[in-house]
Amino acid sequence: MIEAAKARLRRTMMFVPGNSPKMINNAELYGADSLMFDVEDSIAVSQKDAARLMVKYALKALPFNCETVVRINHVTQTPFGIDDLNAILPSKPDLIRLPKTESVEEVRLVTKMIEEVEAREGFPAGSINIICAIESVRGLYEVRAIAKEPRVVAIALGGEDFIADLRTQRTERGIEFYHARSEILMAARDAGIQAIDTVYADVNNLEGFCREVTDIKDMGFDGKSVVHPTQVTAVHEIYTPTEKQIAHAVKVLACYKDAVENNKGVIAVDGKMIDGPIVVRAERIVAQAKAAGLLAEEGCEDEK
Amino acid sequence: MKNKVGRELPEQIYGLKQYRPYEGLFVDPPTPVRMAGRTLRVGRPGANKVLASLEEAIEATGLSDGMTISFHHHFRDGDFVNKLVMTAIAAKGLKDITIATSSLNDCHDFLIDYIEDGTVTAIETSGLRGKLGAYLTKNPGKLKRPVIVRSHGGRARAIESGEVKIDVAFMGVPTCDRFGNATGREGKSACGALGYAMLDSRFAEQVVLVTDNLIEGYVFPYSIPHTDVNYIVPVEAIGDPAGIASGILKITKNPIQLLLAEQAAKVIEYSGYFKPGFSIQLGGGGSALAVGRFIREKMVKQNIKGGFGVGGVTGVFSNLLEEGFFEICYDTQTFDTTAIKSLKENPRHVEMSSSFYANPWSAGPIINNLDVVILGATEVDLDFNVNVITNSNGLLMGASGGHSDIAAASKLSIIVMPLIRGRLPMVRDRVQNIVTPGESVDVVVTDRGIAVNPRRQDLVDNLRKSGLKLMTIEELQALAHRYIGKPKEIALSSDDKDIVAVVEYRDGTLIDVIRKPL
Repeated sequence: MIEAAKARLRRTMMFVPGNSPKMINNAELYGADSLMFDVEDSIAVSQKDAARLMVKYALKALPFNCETVVRINHVTQTPFGIDDLNAILPSKPDLIRLPKTESVEEVRLVTKMIEEVEAREGFPAGSINIICAIESVRGLYEVRAIAKEPRVVAIALGGEDFIADLRTQRTERGIEFYHARSEILMAARDAGIQAIDTVYADVNNLEGFCREVTDIKDMGFDGKSVVHPTQVTAVHEIYTPTEKQIAHAVKVLACYKDAVENNKGVIAVDGKMIDGPIVVRAERIVAQAKAAGLLAEEGCEDEK
Repeated sequence: MKNKVGRELPEQIYGLKQYRPYEGLFVDPPTPVRMAGRTLRVGRPGANKVLASLEEAIEATGLSDGMTISFHHHFRDGDFVNKLVMTAIAAKGLKDITIATSSLNDCHDFLIDYIEDGTVTAIETSGLRGKLGAYLTKNPGKLKRPVIVRSHGGRARAIESGEVKIDVAFMGVPTCDRFGNATGREGKSACGALGYAMLDSRFAEQVVLVTDNLIEGYVFPYSIPHTDVNYIVPVEAIGDPAGIASGILKITKNPIQLLLAEQAAKVIEYSGYFKPGFSIQLGGGGSALAVGRFIREKMVKQNIKGGFGVGGVTGVFSNLLEEGFFEICYDTQTFDTTAIKSLKENPRHVEMSSSFYANPWSAGPIINNLDVVILGATEVDLDFNVNVITNSNGLLMGASGGHSDIAAASKLSIIVMPLIRGRLPMVRDRVQNIVTPGESVDVVVTDRGIAVNPRRQDLVDNLRKSGLKLMTIEELQALAHRYIGKPKEIALSSDDKDIVAVVEYRDGTLIDVIRKPL
C-alpha cells in the first residue's frame, strides 16, 4: 500500500482551511488530485480545536473520492500536533502532512502513532502515510534522511517559511528557491518518492503562476501545492502531456507488454530501444493523460 | 382543477378572473383574441405637455380611485419614480390603485405603507423581493386580490390583449425633449434600453413621462415617440445612477459559479447547437456572465462566429458583439454602463420592446429563433419544473422575468444552480412553486453533476462525448440527500383565502398559486 501511495498522481494538492464547513464541503468539486485540510497555519490559535474536530468529522462523513491529507501542527514544537493526530488518525486520512519537518525523530514519532492507530482500528498497514514539508534550512539539511523514512511518500517545499529563514523574499524568477527545490527533488528521487512544489500565493496572477508551474514541472516536480480552485485547472493543463507524447507512451507500453508476455528480448519502438526508464516515463504520461480525461481508463490496451 | 403540471388549483380565486388551467407550452386561446388599443384623442396644435409637478399630471390625466397605473423596472434598485409618483398619489388622497409594473425591487419596500393605508390595493408584477415580498407572503388579504405574477412575455401579451388595462403609465425616462420623444441612452440616469417602457407607452390610456433631463433640443433616435406621450414632468432625480447601472458587471470570482459556468459552456459546446450562426441569451447572473467568457474561448478555438444574442444585455455580451463574435444583439434592458455605451454607439446593438422579445401571442417573438439560453433557479424538481419566485421558506424573493418565455421558445434551455445551498438540496420532489414547466427545460447543470431531461435523448447522446458527469435527476437528488439529508417540506396554508399570489404562465393560463407558509 505504501508503494501505491508513493506512485499516486499528485499534480495538485489543494489547501482547504479546516474550519470552513462550506469550503470543506465544496473542496472536491474543483478536481484537485489531493485535498489538504489545514489545521495548522491558516487556523488561529483560538480555533485549533474547532478545526481539528471539523476535519475529523468531515473525513468520516463526506464521501471524498480524491486523496485526503491533513496538515497537522508541529508535533514537538507546538502543543497541538499530538492532539491533532489523536483526533484525526482514526478518521483515516490518506496522508498526514508534517509541517516544518526538521528531524527524522519527528517522522518516527508520527509513524509510530500511525502504526498504533492502524492496528487498533483494523486499518490495513500502510493505509495512512506521510508527506513532509521542508520549511527551513535545518530541515533541508536533513531532507535526505527524512525522505528515506518508510512511511514518507512525498516531500513538499514549504516556501513561505523557508524564505523567511533565508532572510529573503519571493521573486518573479524564483531564484530564492533555487537550491531548496533542487535539493528536495534529488532527495525525493534518491528515496524513490515524490516531490511537491510550494504554493504560489498571488492567486490573481495566473500568468506568473503558470510560468512557475512550467518551471517546476520541467525540473521534475510531481506536482504543486495550490491555494485556490482556479490554480487547479492551470496546473492540470500544464501537466497534461501532448497528443504526440501520449500516442508514443501508449505504443511503448503496448510493445513492452507484448515483449513481457511473449518473452521477447530487446524491444524497439520507432527504431529506438526501449528500456526500464522509458517504460516508467511512458506509464507516468499515460497516467497523466488518463487524469486529464484524454485517455479512457482501459484505453492503452485498445490503442495500437 | 388540476393543470398539466399536476397542480391542484381552486376553480375561483378571490378577486380574480376565472382562470384556465395551464395546458401546455404552445396552446391557442379557446376563442380568438383581438389586439387591444387605447382611446384615440385629438392632439391640439401648440399644446404644452410639460407640467410643473406630478400632482398636476395626476389631475390632468384624471387619475382616480380604482384605476391602474404602471411603471417599468429599467432603473432596477436605483428607481425613484415609483416612490415619487406614489407619494403624489397618496398626497392627493387617491385610494384603491392597482400597480401593474414590469417588476419590483428592494427599493420598493416603501409600498408596504401605501398598502397599509389603502392607497394600493392590487399588484401585478414579474418580481417581488425584500421586505415587500416577505410582507405580502405573510399577509394575504392586505390586497384585494392575490398578486399576479407574470413573465415579461406574458405581461406583453396581457397588455396587448387588453387583459391588463393601464389607465396611466408613469414612465421614468433618462432623457426626453419637450415633445415627449424619449431615450434611455443619455442623461445622468441613463439606463440603456427602455424595452418595457416602450410597450406600456404604446398601450396605456395615457402616458406621463417623468425625467431628470428634459432637453431643449431634439431626442433621436427615440425609444418612446412623442405621439404616445400625453404629459412630461421634470423632476430633480429619477433614480440613483449607482443603483441603475455600474461600470461593467464583473465576471464572478466565486469558484463555484465559475465551475458551474465552465460546465454550462461545455454543455453548449457538445449540445449540437454550437455551430456557426448559433444564437444565445446569457442573462446577467453571476454564472451566466462567466459562461460568456468560456464560450468566447471555445469560439476562438473552434473558429465559430455566432448569429444573434438576446437580453438583458451586459458589457460581457456587448464586448463579444464589439469583437465580432456575434452579428447582432437584441436588447430589452441594459445592465451596465459598458452595455449602455454599446447601445448608443454600436448600430448592431438593437433596442427591442418586451413584446418583440417574448410575447407568445405574436407572429413570433425573437426568442422563438433562439438556440441556447442559460437560466438560474431557486430550485428544480424531479419533473424538471423550475421555481424562481419563492425561496426555501416559501417567501416571495425572485422574479419570473423572461424565464418561462425563453425556456419554452429556445432549443436548448440550461438551468444552472448549485446542487446544495446552505444545508438544503436544490433538487426537490416537487418545487414549492412552478414558474417554468419541466417540459420546457432541457438540462440542469449543478456543481456535482448534470441531468438532462429524459425527453431530450438527442442531447443525452450528444453530451456523452463531453466527459461531463451525466446523471438522472433522481441520482442528482440522491447525491444531495447523501450529503445533507432530506429536509422536511414547509407547511403551507390550504385555505384559499391564504393565496398570496398567482403565477400566470406566459399564455395567461394558471400554472400555480403561491400560498402563505404556516
